[in-house]
Order: sequence, then C-alpha cells, then structure tokens
Amino acid sequence: MITLPHTRPLPLLVAFLAPFILHPSSFSADWLQFRGPNGGGVSTEAKAAGPQLKVAWSVSLPGRGLSSPIVVGDKVFVTCASGPEQHSLHVFCFDAKSGKTEWERVMRASGRTMTQLKTNVAAPTPCSDGERVFAQYSSNDLFAFDLDGNLQWLRGLTYDYANASNSLGMAQSLSVVGGTLIVQSENDSESFAAGLDVTTGVNRWKIDRPKAANWTTALHLDTGGTKPVVALQSSKGILGIEPSTGREVWNYADGASTIPSSAMGGGILYAASHGITALRPEGSSVSQLWRNEKLNPGTASPVIIGDAIYVLNNAGVLIRASTKNGDEAWKLRLKGPFSGSPVAAGKFIYIAGERGDFQVVDTTAKDGEVVCTVELKETILSTPAISNGAVFIRSDGTLWKLN
Amino acid sequence: MNTRLLFCLALFGFGSPVHAELSASIEKLRAVDREGKGNAAATAAWADIVKSEAAALTTILGGMNGANPLAENWLRTAAGVVAEKSAAGAGLPVESLVTFLQDTKNAAAPRVLAFDLIRKSKPEMSEKLAMSLLGDPSSELRRYPVSKLLEEGDAALAGKNTDAAAVSFEKALVAARDEDQIKSAAKKLRDLGKTVDLPRHFGFLMKWHLIAPFTNVERKGFEVVFPPEKEVNLTASHPGKGGDAKWVEFTSKDDYGMIDFNKPFTMLKEVTGYAFTEFDAAEERSAEIRIGCKNGWKVWLNGELLFARDEYHRGMKLDQYKLPVRLKKGANRLLVKCCQNEQTENWTVEWQFQMRICDATGTAIAGAK
Repeated sequence: MITLPHTRPLPLLVAFLAPFILHPSSFSADWLQFRGPNGGGVSTEAKAAGPQLKVAWSVSLPGRGLSSPIVVGDKVFVTCASGPEQHSLHVFCFDAKSGKTEWERVMRASGRTMTQLKTNVAAPTPCSDGERVFAQYSSNDLFAFDLDGNLQWLRGLTYDYANASNSLGMAQSLSVVGGTLIVQSENDSESFAAGLDVTTGVNRWKIDRPKAANWTTALHLDTGGTKPVVALQSSKGILGIEPSTGREVWNYADGASTIPSSAMGGGILYAASHGITALRPEGSSVSQLWRNEKLNPGTASPVIIGDAIYVLNNAGVLIRASTKNGDEAWKLRLKGPFSGSPVAAGKFIYIAGERGDFQVVDTTAKDGEVVCTVELKETILSTPAISNGAVFIRSDGTLWKLN
Repeated sequence: MNTRLLFCLALFGFGSPVHAELSASIEKLRAVDREGKGNAAATAAWADIVKSEAAALTTILGGMNGANPLAENWLRTAAGVVAEKSAAGAGLPVESLVTFLQDTKNAAAPRVLAFDLIRKSKPEMSEKLAMSLLGDPSSELRRYPVSKLLEEGDAALAGKNTDAAAVSFEKALVAARDEDQIKSAAKKLRDLGKTVDLPRHFGFLMKWHLIAPFTNVERKGFEVVFPPEKEVNLTASHPGKGGDAKWVEFTSKDDYGMIDFNKPFTMLKEVTGYAFTEFDAAEERSAEIRIGCKNGWKVWLNGELLFARDEYHRGMKLDQYKLPVRLKKGANRLLVKCCQNEQTENWTVEWQFQMRICDATGTAIAGAK
C-alpha cells in the first residue's frame, strides 16, 4: 500500500495526474487518425511497442490502398479500393487480437477515380471519434459507420461540388475535433475545406482554399488553450482555424509544403515550410522561432520526441535536430525510398520503406541505430499505426500486425 | 415512386404492413441528395432495412433503379448487410437474384451487385450466367465473358489455330467496353495481321476545325469570351496572341482520337484554342460526351455550356470526364475551348483533347453521315 505524504496530498496527486486529465488521449491505446494522436505520429500510450517486432498476424486485402490503418479499442479499420477503375470502395473492420474480419462494407465511387499510377483511390486515412469511423477516398466519397458497421451517413463531395477533384489523386486525410469532422478537398480547381457535423455529415462550414493540389492533412494544435485550433497547410502557408466554425485564428503566409504535413510539440508548430520552420501560435498571431532550410522533409512528415525533431529526407536519411534551435545532431541512412511517414513510441521510431523493409530506429543510440528490420517483402507506401504495444502496417495486398 | 420499384414491391408482397415499412424506408434512402440532404432520416431507415429477411433483397436492389449515386450507396450497403446475414443463415435467394440480373430493365448498378452476390454464393452458376452477358447493357458485366473470349483466343493461338483465335479476339473486341480489354483485343488482332478501326469502335470525333492562338497569359484566357464563343464563323479570322487567329481543318490520325493543337499551331505556351465540329444524330436521344484532357477546357453542345475544368497537366485518360447529354436529331454543334498554361516542364507540352460520343455503356454512337 502506498502512503501519501500527509502534507498537501491532493495538490501533489493533481499535479501528477494533471497531464492525463487535461489530455484525454494520453495513455490511450487508440490510434484514431493519420499519424495517431493529434496527427503528431507519436504514441501516447503507456504500453510502448518494443524494438524487436515480429509478425503476429497478417490478412489479405482485396484492393489497393495507401491509407493507414486506425485502431479503436480492439478494432482495426482499413480502407482499400478494387476493380479495374478502382470503383469499389471497401471499409474493413478486423479484430486487433486475431486479425479476424468483423465486418466489411463495399460502396461505389460517385466521384472520379483517376489517379497517378503510384497512388490509388484509397489514399486518405480514415479517422474516428471513438464512436464512429469516417472513411474518405480520392473519389471524394465519404462514409460514416458506427463501430459495428452500421452506416450513419455518407457524402459524395464531387457529386456536391463537380470540380472538386485532382487527376493525380487526392490523399488528404480526415481528422475530427469536438463534434466536427475536418474534410479537405484541395486541388487546382474547386478547392475547399469543410467542417461536417459528425452525426449527420451536413456542412457546419465550408471555406475556399488555395487553388493548388495539396496532399497535406489538417493538424490539431494542442496549445493548451481552451479553444482548439486546427492548422490547414497549403502552398500559401498555414492557416489556423477554429474547427467548429472554420473562422481564421491566425495565418502564416510564407508558404509551406503540399506533401509532408507539419508536426506539433510543446506548444510549438514545426512547419514543413522552407525546410522546417518553428512557429509559436499565440492568440491571433504566430511568431517564428527558428528556421533550418536543410531540414527538408521529403514525402514523410516529421515527428517530435522530447526535445528532438526527426525529419526523413528524400534520400532516405533520417535527421535528428534540436527543437530549440533546429541544429542537427545526427543523420542515419535508412533502407528507402519512402512514401510513408515515421511514427514513434517511447524512444523508438517505426517506418516502412517502399521495398517492404519495416525498420525500428533507436533514437537514443549514438547517431541513431536501426535495431530491428522486418522484411515484409511487398511494396509499402503507407504509414504505420501503433496501438496496445503493437504496430499495424499495410500494403496494397496485406495488413500486418507486428508485436 | 418509380415503376420498377413498384414492380419489385409487388413481387415481394407489397401491401402488407411489413412491406409498406420497407417501402417507406427505401424511399427515405432514395430521397438523399447533395450536401447531406436526407442523411438524418436515412440513418434510421437504413437500420430498419438491414433487419429484413433474405426475400427482401431484390426489393432493396430494385430501390437502386433510377436512384442517384448517393442513394445507390445507401441501398448497396443495406443489401450487402442483408446478403451477409442471409448467407450466414438460410442462404441467399439465388433464383430471385438471377431473375433480377436477367431483367435488363433493371439498372446496371443493382444488376452488378446481384451478379456479385450470385458469384459468392454459387460460383459455378455465375460462370455459366456470365457467358450470357457478352452483349449486356452493363459494361462491368461484360468484363468476365470478354476476358473468357480473350483466354479462348490465347489458347487457340497456343494451339496454332490462328483462325479460331482471330474469331475469339474479334468477338471480344466487339463486346469490350473497357479500355484495357479493348487494347488487349486490338493488339492481339493486329498481331494476327487483322485491321482494327479503334476510332470507330470508341466513337471518337476525328474531324474538326481548329482556331488559335488566343491569349491565356496568367491563365486568364480561361474566363475570357473570345469570338468563337460568340459565333463560329469558319471563314473569319480574329486578332489573336502574336497575330491573327484563323480556322484550319484538322483530322486526327490517332487511334485514340487525339486532337492536337500543337500540330497546326506549334508548341505554344499561355494560349487558348478552340475546336469545332458537328455530329449528325440519326434521332433525338440520350448520349454521353466523354472527354479526356489535361489542359483547361470548356465544352458547349448546341450553344449550351456543358462543363468547364481549369486543371492543368495533372493527367489525362480515356473517358476522364463523362457528360450526359440529349442529342437532337440532325446536326449537333460541338465547341471545345482548350487552354495551355505557362509551365515549361517537358511533361507540360501537350495541348490537346480527345472526345467521343457514346451511350451510357460506352458503346459508340455512329454519326448519321
């Protein structure tokens, strides 16, 4: 039995628990969206996935997909698209423990399914608010199911807005904040972002976005304030908005990448802009702390672990740099090339190369070290998910659980 | 309520309270529309429908007839759940699914779903059924028999029976509506020395009059109304970018009907061109104008703007955009605006489009002249 000190026991207990009370996602095993909690790519659960991973199970998928799996409780959700024109849109729910299929739903694309050959229609990662799973596709079809597979609502965003499409394929993933689902359809023509009521799918707001193809995903900024802010990234910069109204909070207008998304840590936004630019959003303004143009993320989005930022460049080199000033600490060449992004749990980074090499990097080793490689022997273009001490990763034909 | 749905409800015993409820629920799904309209009511209706027994499957499929793509997906997923439960229980009502499939008055989408359900439940039966779908109104249902014919042709070729192979490939080409199968059949026939007229098969419009260059500096020409948008006068010339713009005749020699502005006007940048042709329809009818284009474009049919798209160099494919239209009997005037932008990369030199006229299945509609 633990005996608490007699003096001021309550404040001490509150101080200990405060981070977890203030951040409900802390120590949660759920991985609810692209790059997990708040889109940061870092697991917040206590049971970290270790360094030595093996395949626990694998299941075959009937169609292609670049989307990441997401995990809600003991359910893993994955999307894919099949058929000669990728018109058939699948949502799968698997039991996380066994890999057994719990349910599958198959829909038909109402929007355009044309994509560049490397990507495909099931490119956006689904997301969940813990009660529902939301799945979007490059065709701009959007579906909401409850966790048991009951259809709650659907939208055809290209059916609604006829020029909202990208002939290269769209890949912006969904995120949900409060009761609002953030949807982006940013392209060269009818470019927009919208906030949808999670219960009905009806627009709460819709705003025009820069007319330029964009594959980045909205980032929920956990700045510790009372009002949440979501960052929408584009070639023009990064726009901070209120997720419930779409109203502008602040605007960083110095340009940003249209492929890798940014990352958040300790109240600082590490923007994929001119390499990496560290920004401090405060109220209605945003100030620049530092910029390192050599920290150039390729396709992959950066991750923040403690006081370090990790950037994977297009040469397949993982770079560790300081979050305080952007100074580089070490570089580590991985087995690439890479289309997916790294994710992290504890001191380990997990990433899969396009040639199927799933790699675990110990970030505390001097100059970093690859401590485990699992050869999955398929082309992998997606980003892993972490839940309950396991890592989930998918290819065009397979979903694996590693633990 | 449409007549097809009424017919299905009648088959299912329309009139009883249970079936009246099913009918009402289906109507709620059919009422969904753009921007989430009807979603709230549809959620509860969907939950009611998925409680149905297997016998209701064809009624649910019948609800997809004439439905918009959003309602189709509500009903498709409901049918999927009912089928899944039925397959795990008393089994699928295969006979009624076959009847539904074979009735070509039903829409393509639910018939494809019916076929998929039959295939999962009775694969051998579906294989036999598939061979009867070679001339089906659904291009998707044609895929399997076309693929079998291609296999038969390959087998005949392996046995050095080139005549039999050519017959199989010819049948496959006539029936095929999807680009991959058409390409495959055409190549196999050409390898055997046979003549294949792909533009005729697809229904590409090959003969045009072109005029250029008008300006598209800063991509502003896309919205400018240049003289051809006001009146097409094939003998007129107009002030253009860097000189007068004049109409020239252009006939495509390309298998895929490419209308290439670079050929008569050279590889220009930040320019706008127009293409004009007439299509003579034997009768007034529904049709689809299908266009592939990686430049900014607009299309008018008989003076009515059908669609406008200001995306540049993100890719092009056959049937990239499908525009449902009503053709009038006789001459139908088609005007295409095609804008080239400022990009200088080698993958941005194309200034072109392809257009064909076909029915909703993709079957070419031949011009009357």
